[in-house]
Amino acid sequence: MSLRPGVLPAAAATAFALTMVFGIALLVRSQTQGDLGKYTVGNKKSGYVYATPQTRAMQDDDFQNPGFLWIDKGKALWNSVDGGAGKSCASCHNAAEISMKGVGASYPKYDAKAGHVIDIEQRIGMERERMGAAPWAWESEQLLAMTAYLKLQSRGMPVDVSSDGPAHGAWQQGKTFYETRRGQLDMACAQCHVQNNNRKLRTETLSQGQTNGFPTYRLSWQTLGSVQRRFRECNEQIRAEPLPYGSPQYVALELYLASTGNGLPVEAPSVRK
Amino acid sequence: MPTTAKKGDIIDIKTLISHPMVSGQAKDAAGKIIPRDIINTFTCTFNGKQVFAMKLEPAISANPFISFPVKMTQDGTFDFQWVDDNGQVYKDSAKVTVT
Repeated sequence: MSLRPGVLPAAAATAFALTMVFGIALLVRSQTQGDLGKYTVGNKKSGYVYATPQTRAMQDDDFQNPGFLWIDKGKALWNSVDGGAGKSCASCHNAAEISMKGVGASYPKYDAKAGHVIDIEQRIGMERERMGAAPWAWESEQLLAMTAYLKLQSRGMPVDVSSDGPAHGAWQQGKTFYETRRGQLDMACAQCHVQNNNRKLRTETLSQGQTNGFPTYRLSWQTLGSVQRRFRECNEQIRAEPLPYGSPQYVALELYLASTGNGLPVEAPSVRK
Repeated sequence: MPTTAKKGDIIDIKTLISHPMVSGQAKDAAGKIIPRDIINTFTCTFNGKQVFAMKLEPAISANPFISFPVKMTQDGTFDFQWVDDNGQVYKDSAKVTVT
C-alpha cells in the first residue's frame, strides 16, 4: 500500500550526491510489529534482535526505511547503460528480481577467475570492468546502491556462504583475524561479539556482530554503509589501524562472519542505530 | 498508487526525502565551516488549503521522514513541498478518493 514514485531523474550516475529522491505513502493506520523469531536461528541472533522497537519499525516498513532510497538508485543503475560495451546490467541479466535471486546470500565466495575469495562489491567491480566501465569506489553512492539492490533480491533467504574447498584458506584467515587482539586496547573482535555478546558496553548492548543486514542504514552514519565500513569503525574503536577497503584480510573476515551467520535471513537494507 | 479511503477514515501520510541536511556545525578538512544546508520548511496542502506545515531545524537528521495523520472527508489532492536553505523546492503530490 505504499507509493514510491520513481522520481529519480535519469541523472548521470555521478550526479547522485546532488540528486534528490522523494516519495509519499498514504496508508490507513496500521501497527508494525517486528517478528523476532524470524531473526533468530538456533543460537544465532541477527542484529535486528538487539535493535530497539523503534529501529525495527523503521526497517520493517519499506517506505520508512531510508535504505530504500538507495534501492531506488540501484534499480535505476541496473537498467542504465554504462561503459564501452554499451550495455547495462539488465542487458545480460534481464530482471534482477529473477536472475539475482539468492546471489546476495552466497557472498563472499571463491571466484575461479580472480583466483581468490571476493565479496559482492568486488564482484560488481569485475562486472563493471567487463562492461568497459570503471569500477565504482568503495562507499560510493553507486556501489552501495547496487550492493543493496542485489542483496534485496535475496531478502528473507538464509545466508549460505561456503567455508570449504578453495574458500577455506580465506575463511581460516578471517577466523584468525577475528580472534586476534590488536590495537592500543589490545582487543579482538571475538571478545565483544562472542564472549560478551548480549551484555552492555556502556549504554549499548553488544550484538553477535552478524552481517546478514549489510549494507545497513545506520542512524549514526545517516547513510547506508558497507560491512567493511563497520569493520573500519570497529577497528578504530579499539584504536587499531583500520585496513583499506577491499583488503584481503577484510574480505576474509567478511567470509568468516557471514559463515557464522549461515542460516540467518538476508535483511538488506537493514536499519541499525 | 493507493488512492482510496473511506469517508471519516484517519489516514497516515508518510513522506521521505533524500537530503543531506548539513547542520552548519561541521568543518571540512581545511577547518572551514561547511555552510548549513537543511530543508527548512515542509508544507502539505489539500485542495489548495494548508493542512500541515513544519519548520525544520539543524538537529534533524539526513533523509527526513515526516508522517502525520489526516481525517478524510472528501476527495482531493495532497500537494507536498520541501524547501531547503539553497532555495531549492522539491514537490510531489498524491490524489485520494473518498469512497
